[in-house]
Amino acid sequence: MSVLSVSGLKTHFFTRDGVVRAVDGVDFELDRGEVLGLVGESGSGKSVTGFSLLGLVDPPGKVVEGNILFCGQDLTTASQQHMQELRGSRIAMIFQDPMMTLNPVLRIDTQMIEAILAHEKLPRKVAWTRARDGLAQVGIPSPEQRLRAYPHQLSGGMRQRVAIAIAFLNNPDLLIADEPTTALDVTIQAQIVHVAQTLCRERGTALIWITHDLAVVAGLADRIAVMYAGRIVEAGATDQIIDHPRHPYTVGLLGSVPSANRRGQRLAQIPGMTPNMLSLPNGCAFQERCTRGDELCRGDVDATFDEAGGYVRCFHPHGSEAGA
Amino acid sequence: MSLIVFFGVNVIGDPVDMLINPEADQAEIERTIRALGLDKPIHEQYLYFLKGIGSGDFGKSFIFGEPALKLILHHMPATIELALVSLIMAIILGIPLGLYAGLFPERRSSRLIMAGSILGFSLPTFWVGLMMIMLFAVHLGWLPSTGRGDTAVFLGIESSLWTRDGLSHLFMPALNLALTNISLVIRLTRAGVREAMHQDYIKFARAKGLHPRRVIGVHLMKNILIPIITVLGLEFGSLMAFSVVTESIFAWPGMGKLLIDSLLQLDRPVVVAYLMIIVLFFVVINLVVDILYSVLDPRVRLKDQGS
Repeated sequence: MSVLSVSGLKTHFFTRDGVVRAVDGVDFELDRGEVLGLVGESGSGKSVTGFSLLGLVDPPGKVVEGNILFCGQDLTTASQQHMQELRGSRIAMIFQDPMMTLNPVLRIDTQMIEAILAHEKLPRKVAWTRARDGLAQVGIPSPEQRLRAYPHQLSGGMRQRVAIAIAFLNNPDLLIADEPTTALDVTIQAQIVHVAQTLCRERGTALIWITHDLAVVAGLADRIAVMYAGRIVEAGATDQIIDHPRHPYTVGLLGSVPSANRRGQRLAQIPGMTPNMLSLPNGCAFQERCTRGDELCRGDVDATFDEAGGYVRCFHPHGSEAGA
Repeated sequence: MSLIVFFGVNVIGDPVDMLINPEADQAEIERTIRALGLDKPIHEQYLYFLKGIGSGDFGKSFIFGEPALKLILHHMPATIELALVSLIMAIILGIPLGLYAGLFPERRSSRLIMAGSILGFSLPTFWVGLMMIMLFAVHLGWLPSTGRGDTAVFLGIESSLWTRDGLSHLFMPALNLALTNISLVIRLTRAGVREAMHQDYIKFARAKGLHPRRVIGVHLMKNILIPIITVLGLEFGSLMAFSVVTESIFAWPGMGKLLIDSLLQLDRPVVVAYLMIIVLFFVVINLVVDILYSVLDPRVRLKDQGS
């Protein structure tokens, strides 16, 4: 059975200027130990999707529709109390900026032990030992000393390791990683990806890796879902998406990744800007920036599925020119 | 500082006119002037004064003939008591109200709190004090309007905190003095909460599945307390120094009342000594605030253990 099954998820923000449909009908499934790369530009709704899963969408935002089945139970109807029990124990999350995620005025041991004790009645000593082992597992040298440190005494990479260690303290079934490498050096990025990947594999934790960087997920994810303006426009196996992208937006994203093969050539750009979420056009949100857009695109787009379970939400996908 | 104060007070007026019996003859005036040391040139007076300070002597009050320092110290407990109680009021009323207004900014009750805090800021203390006397002392007759009431000695400290009568005397002036600070703390707390609630560390704490009480009580509070402590520390100094208005209205026998009386009677040594002591207070308070800082915020500690 799948760990997570999201269907028709809609999270809207009711602002003074109107309703922002940050997440507008997202579906995906995740099996035990599977890694999903959720890719998209800033403001495409990928982080909000993550927060929706945890039930941490702040007002004026609200999950308005859809189901989130986690191990068979629907999280959209779960009580606050129940969500609080799930958070940190069965579903964990790490954030983009490791400088900001750890509380600057609390020591690492306080922040780790409280995460354990929030979910289990244990003697402090036992919790402390588990915290120390947790730090050792994410590759932090001399963990006993680090436990007594404050966040500002650690480097960015170290802090993100601590955050990962905290996330894994209670052996979650699902880890949501919200751009955890964006704020780090490239060399550190690779290490962090490696640490998270190893731990997930060892423990069978399903992973949702939210990023705007296709290069990072290409080597990490089993499947990729590309988000644009609150919707998943294309999803499929990683190889499929990287080698044969079908949605014009995915093609554009891939084209804008610098690579050694295209040295000296001009880097492709997707023309235009991310659409204003307050006034999305009817139909496909990408139509105005799309080279293939026409009148057809103003109608509702349904997903076209392929044999492998991947899908694309486009009237004129790449790779199907013969049929079009 | 001592220089400014000393010369500044000299400019205000001649205390001799105030002190001397109008029927005194020239010889008597001369004698008084000489007795007070006012016949010497001002720089000599100043040096004499400095020499006195060195040995803890601020000079004698012209009016009471007692050492100025002793006079002030005698009035100090009443003022400290008043300032302390109003500081505590500011904390126990201001922080919870600010927290509430910050956590639920949309609620009508929060708006009410904020509107109230604006009034607390902008209404002049003396007017509120008078209105309080009108309401509680004159109309309702619940609380006494003047004086300090009975005092008792407890743990070696003589204070009106230990008696019912003392407390009832203390309540109104303390609240009156606290009003501005309550508003200040409400606003500071609210602003801090509003800012911190969107920080990632709060989201991360919630994502760890912590109880909301712990998220707010520990993760949030420890961060927003830093600016509140700074301001309250400085405000405590001001409370002590400028409780003058409140003390006058409620006839509270504290330092502020003494200052006003001394100023009116041009009792120079007392005024100078008072200002010197206030300066000392501010310095000490700032030191305490700095120490509290390092307790709250590990980033300002000069040297940390364990790293």
